[in-house]
Amino acid sequence: MALVPTLFYILVFPGFLFMGAAGVLGEYVDRKLHARMQNRAGPPWFQPVADFIKLLSKEDLIPADADRTIFKLMPVLALTAAATAFLYVPLWSTQPLYSFEGDVVVVLYLLTIPTFCFFLGGWYSKSLYAGIGSMRTLTQLFAYEVPLFMAILSPAVLAGSWSLSEITAYYQVHPGYAFFNLLGFGVAIVALLGKLEKVPFDLPEAESEIVGGTFTEYSGRLLAFFRLTIDVETGVAASLVSAVFLPWGMAGLPAAVAFALYGAKVLFIIFLLALLRTLFARLRIDQMVEFCWKWIAPAALIQLLVNVILCGVLP
Amino acid sequence: MPSVKIPIGPQHPALHEPALFDLTLEGERILEMQLKLGYNHRGIEKACEERSYIQDIYLLERICGICSHSHSTAFCMATEEVAGLQVPPRGQYIRTLVAELERIHSHLLWLGVAGHETGFITLLMYTWRDREVVMDLLAMLTGNRVNYGVNTIGGVRRDFTAEQLQQILKAMDALEERTKYYIEVAASEPTLAKRLVNVGYLSPGDAMKFNAMGPTGRASSVDRDVRRDDPYLAYGDVQFKVVTDTHNDVFGRTLVRVGELMESYSIVRQLIAKMPDGPVKVKAPRKIPAGEGVARYEAPRGEDIHYVKGNGTDKPERVKVRAPTMGNLAAVGKMLENNNLADVPVVIAAIDPCFSCTDRAIRVTDLSKGRTELLTWKELRQHGIEWYRREAGVDFSRLNKLLAAR
Repeated sequence: MALVPTLFYILVFPGFLFMGAAGVLGEYVDRKLHARMQNRAGPPWFQPVADFIKLLSKEDLIPADADRTIFKLMPVLALTAAATAFLYVPLWSTQPLYSFEGDVVVVLYLLTIPTFCFFLGGWYSKSLYAGIGSMRTLTQLFAYEVPLFMAILSPAVLAGSWSLSEITAYYQVHPGYAFFNLLGFGVAIVALLGKLEKVPFDLPEAESEIVGGTFTEYSGRLLAFFRLTIDVETGVAASLVSAVFLPWGMAGLPAAVAFALYGAKVLFIIFLLALLRTLFARLRIDQMVEFCWKWIAPAALIQLLVNVILCGVLP
Repeated sequence: MPSVKIPIGPQHPALHEPALFDLTLEGERILEMQLKLGYNHRGIEKACEERSYIQDIYLLERICGICSHSHSTAFCMATEEVAGLQVPPRGQYIRTLVAELERIHSHLLWLGVAGHETGFITLLMYTWRDREVVMDLLAMLTGNRVNYGVNTIGGVRRDFTAEQLQQILKAMDALEERTKYYIEVAASEPTLAKRLVNVGYLSPGDAMKFNAMGPTGRASSVDRDVRRDDPYLAYGDVQFKVVTDTHNDVFGRTLVRVGELMESYSIVRQLIAKMPDGPVKVKAPRKIPAGEGVARYEAPRGEDIHYVKGNGTDKPERVKVRAPTMGNLAAVGKMLENNNLADVPVVIAAIDPCFSCTDRAIRVTDLSKGRTELLTWKELRQHGIEWYRREAGVDFSRLNKLLAAR
């Protein structure tokens, strides 16, 4: 592979520059919508960028007891994993940058890594609050991860492929079939609230209970990387969900129209996430786990079963 | 899993004032709670003895940022009892009116805090926006949003005009509608109910035993309200219901407070309808005769008691304040037993605590020697000088000598 295009991919598009910009824009839209729904004015458009730059200029404080290597490595690793996932997600055309049979599993796997990074970073910062936050991160992971996987894989089962480009291409041929996956779409949105640690599933960083949760000891650049990770993760997850569940108009349209359509779909998903986090109070960890296993997991299972049956019935 | 000790406080996002709740946890379950107070002692009672009665009103009003009117009214009532003064009816009505507006703003504030502690930020934003309505009313009536400065010995310092009273009535209609909406939210929002129902359980027996008062007690079926049981100010002239609840948990405490909001709107309307004409105060002597007076007052957080002892001069000999939080704090340990760590903030917040109102003297306990001692002012000062020389390398002893010489 030539060096220049590779560097362009990594640094500009769809690498750090585009991803960072998209993530930061997503955070702004989320914060503004959240604020407007709560009768507040909300931040100006550059607030997430300003926050990021401010954090970059701050001192990095590492607790004396913390494991320095892991403490410093985790934010970078989390961002890398989230950024790598972006390469395999189809955005406005059915063809992502890189694609192979089984990339949907890889994307889901890469999206799990940041959560583990939050856990390890919090755990090795050797703070009580961060420790409790880390345990909650992991407990929560076991509750939402399985429904999320089942929900995302259901459309793949119907399409009969483990490759994102082939899944989206299948739905270009059969656009009506995407409506069979609406239940899975709901499950994915709820599970995303858990993955992105938003109300009602923001237990790992519940500030009124455990100060800053997993991120209690993080400051400066390292915290900035963690926050950017969450922004990028939001972007990747929203793109993934829109590609899998809202796959309409991804082929045969002019590039500008397709791009606008992609933007609208991602913003719609961010709107749903903002709406849900406005509507609810934070659940307790036992209630969260119970809710996920009692309602979300069975719903995902039903979706999976329906798709398995549809596979045999549909022409 | 081994038990861990986790400190909630002295500085913690859930607490609005410093206090230390030392929790012993097993996983997320609370085994034990130890409470440490004393970070906010301000020496107000002592300071009262060195100031005149009029100055004391303003000092005592600053005990609490939320129930400021409660403390100044209770002090004025106790002093008037000593001096044998009769406040004219219009003065009584104006005091009562401000007291009820204060209750409205306090309960709306509490509702927002409960939202914040359960991660329901939307509720916080909504209730605090509505609270601005009553804050603006208070600013319009008294000139201030929190420390109203409306009381004086023998009555009140300001009379309210008919237009002002009309504006209050209009605001009450708007607030009543909003409160009905909150009652609906509290009753129908599933995640909020999940976080409040069966959390911080306090049985009626325990509520009596631990002396829970105000909305905390009333939510555990303790049917006590000074406004009805021992009517003061103009409360004898108005009809209202003492709101109690049988839930015995944080949900019950929420319902009691929201119910009291509705009662307060009705009390305000009755007060304005019956507002008598006439003077708002009687002239009070500068020197209050010797004697003792006690006032009981139903503050938004519970019963507030002020004791005043006069000695014939213009300064009181002793002022004693028993803020409502003092009565409620003992019950918190019971409420937290077997609860979840996640419920700690909302359980603590549910008594609507005010630690700086409660803190009194500091007692230093030397744990290594196991002895408790009280430092005199001179010893404390010497300790400070030595500490700074040792820890910070700053020597204040020369400055101290210069100050002592002056």
